[in-house]
Amino acid sequence: MNLPRLQVERRLHTSRLMSTLALAVSLLLALLAIGLVFSSLGVDPVYAYRRILRGGFGSLYGLSESLAKAIPLLLTGAGLALAFRARVYNIGAEGQLLLGAIVGGGIALNFGHWPREVLLPVMFLGGFLGGALWAAVPALLKARFRVDEVLTSLMLVYVAGDLVRYLVYGPWRGPEERGFPYSSRFALAAQLPHLEGTRVHYPTLLLALGLALFLYLLLERTKLGYEIRVTGENPAAARYAGMNTDRIIVLVLLLSGGLAGMAGVGEVAGIHARLSPPEGISPGYGFTAIIVAWLARLNPLATILTAFLIGGLLVGGDAIQVALNLPAASIYIFNGMILLFVIAGDVFTRYRLRLELRS
Amino acid sequence: MALPPSPMSVRSWRFRPHTNGRSCEATVPASVSATALAEGLMASASVPPAVLMRGITKRFPGVVANDRIDLEVKEGEIHALLGENGAGKTTLMNILYGIYHPDEGEIRIRGRPVVIRSPQDAIRLGIGMIHQQFRLVPTHTVTENVVLGMKRGILFREREARQQIEALAKNYHLEVDPDARIWQLSAGEQQRVEILKALYRQAQILILDEPTSMLTPGEIEDLLKTLHRMKEEGHTLIFITHKLDEVTAISDRVTVLRQGKVVATLETAKTNERELAQWMVGREVLFRLNRQQAQVGETVLRVENLHVLNDKQLPALKGVSFEVHRGEILGIAGVAGNGQRELVETLIGLRPAVQGAIVLNGQSLTNLPPRARIEAGIACVPGERMTALVPGMSIAENMVLKAYRQSAFGKSGLLDRRAVNDHADRLIAEYAVITPGRDTPVKLLSGGNIQRALLARELSSQPSLLIVASPTSGLDVGATETVWKILLEQRQQGRAILLISEDLEEVMTLSDRVAVLYEGEIMGIVRGEENNLERIGLMMAGALRLPREEWV
Repeated sequence: MNLPRLQVERRLHTSRLMSTLALAVSLLLALLAIGLVFSSLGVDPVYAYRRILRGGFGSLYGLSESLAKAIPLLLTGAGLALAFRARVYNIGAEGQLLLGAIVGGGIALNFGHWPREVLLPVMFLGGFLGGALWAAVPALLKARFRVDEVLTSLMLVYVAGDLVRYLVYGPWRGPEERGFPYSSRFALAAQLPHLEGTRVHYPTLLLALGLALFLYLLLERTKLGYEIRVTGENPAAARYAGMNTDRIIVLVLLLSGGLAGMAGVGEVAGIHARLSPPEGISPGYGFTAIIVAWLARLNPLATILTAFLIGGLLVGGDAIQVALNLPAASIYIFNGMILLFVIAGDVFTRYRLRLELRS
Repeated sequence: MALPPSPMSVRSWRFRPHTNGRSCEATVPASVSATALAEGLMASASVPPAVLMRGITKRFPGVVANDRIDLEVKEGEIHALLGENGAGKTTLMNILYGIYHPDEGEIRIRGRPVVIRSPQDAIRLGIGMIHQQFRLVPTHTVTENVVLGMKRGILFREREARQQIEALAKNYHLEVDPDARIWQLSAGEQQRVEILKALYRQAQILILDEPTSMLTPGEIEDLLKTLHRMKEEGHTLIFITHKLDEVTAISDRVTVLRQGKVVATLETAKTNERELAQWMVGREVLFRLNRQQAQVGETVLRVENLHVLNDKQLPALKGVSFEVHRGEILGIAGVAGNGQRELVETLIGLRPAVQGAIVLNGQSLTNLPPRARIEAGIACVPGERMTALVPGMSIAENMVLKAYRQSAFGKSGLLDRRAVNDHADRLIAEYAVITPGRDTPVKLLSGGNIQRALLARELSSQPSLLIVASPTSGLDVGATETVWKILLEQRQQGRAILLISEDLEEVMTLSDRVAVLYEGEIMGIVRGEENNLERIGLMMAGALRLPREEWV
């Protein structure tokens, strides 16, 4: 009868310090848990972490690779932060990214003779529209028929993947690729310039930084952003105040889809210079961006930091896969654990646990 | 000249149909004559009390909900727990039922010290609780709900359970069809299922949390019959209420709570409503508001033959018609659930009208979206306050929830933070909202301050029509007075106000005219004068319908 009891109580208010602390502790616990996984695979976790850090941030090369991976994560993550703020759970950014790659790639393959100053902006615009179009399906289903956007947007990821596969195995397969499922290489005008000696396609980076700032200002300093925040926090109050919540749901889905689509353009025009099967275009940036947005506490400006951090972990993860002969899936375990712990940690910012020692 | 009726008279009316309830006063044993304290000592010496709570303290972040509370409930009595909203009654009973755990204090059931860790523990000790919000599974039958959670082997012996339930229902006058599904039942019937649930679990001590709040007068009468029957059968009842007439009508003894403390334990037969009211609020409660002659002007709102469906697509309003004029308060009285919520939602555009017309200042609003109605001059403080607020956002941002579109708060799509802040500061000062600052999230404000802030926001747009629903529910006496004063001031300034409230006292205090809503229909519209009280009561119970030409 004298066992201590654990009581869960709702917090009245969450301070900023509290939520930062919860985030830090969650990350630490996630690393501990992942350490257990490493141990079970026979790898010294401390050594593994050191390798990850060194791989992602320990050299100029590592940093540049982290930055290159941060670009699609930032573009997609900032858009998702916006959508999540309106409590619209767009889980299908990966598919929207692939659609952006298709449209951007299609333009690159067909209009390679255009001057670069025209071609590249048109590709990004097309990628935005492609991603937005893909997000329009769950958006309209949600706004018209109240269909859960989590399901529809996620399912469309697989459709998008098959669409890419169909194109690179079929009509868009490059004749000179000797049967491999690749499109022809893009014309030079359709390829993004890099920082000297790296894979950092800086036009996309600048675009991503600008858009993250833009979305932050949109949320905090405009009437539309106010409507988005009210819709997310209390949709009943939004409707009561005469806001068109359906319009806002559609808008944030289109915007987040469009940004993911631009990320897809960045990948094909900045890294691969061709279309390839979906796994080749994106190793799951659209899903990893969910972690980026969540770690940033759904603040688009903070995604700049978290995208770089996660980008570094991806690079470090690649490094240890090779160096320690770990299975390729370990990096997904890594990412999954981090998201799990961060979201679970959120609970403690809203509730407090109390240990009761008396009976 | 419309004299404000004394709230007392309203209260005493409310229970007049069930004066049989007063017979219980005679059942108080003659031996109960010493003071409550001495009584308690005597009782504990002979028959231990059914419930003894001593020094119970429960703290929540920022408040002491229960402060060293002593409560003694004798075996076989009906004990009223009286107090205003927030006095700590429900918290105390949730402790007794094992939902909360006290920070300090001890509980004895029939003299035996106990630790109640969960409702299961409470049920094992023979304690049952009827919550204000029923805990039933809507799609299940009555029988299934009653036996839910009872571990009696793996098979569900439905026929046996049904027979037991029918026997219980018959013995305690709890008429309800054991095969009906919960969603098909009225609030009163659902409450009967809750009581059956407790009886089926062999509860000897039954806690009822404001059991009359959702009931029609007829259902209240039935409930009282059941309670008396339970007393006859030897059950001990604890009856949470904030209504004085209920205390005097059915309880043997009453414990009064104020701000988390016990202020008095009295024998009901030896006290009266006035004395109880003073104990409850700690000062003279009967504030008489000066309602001056209305300067009624032109028609502001005209509602004609309005038909509306509820969430289940069943008719909620069936041909409702009324008008509200400048400078008057039209009160809509009625027991909760007779179409009030649907009426408010339809007027502000959140629910479509199937048929009929809504006309504001000559402009037809029927089926225009909410925004168009806000711009046409309708303001609304809904009954569920949190649907009109964003709890996690600051007061400043909440104060512009409707007005943010105006160019005063930023041009070309931008939000001018400084204008938003100035607006909030102005309203906070004008309406004396108590808050650490405009950046405080509204969820941290007290109920009274939230209501002030809401009224401030809604009135800041200078609306032609203000709709207020249950504006003082959950507020303490001081906050209630403030809200009432604000509404009467607005009326004096010529505002048209539509007041929808289940609190008859409130309707009678404020309204120039009173329309009674019963099962989606207006039963009649009369002047808000005390001598109409009886007719209003009959209309609320559906027993009187005034012909249209007699409406005022």
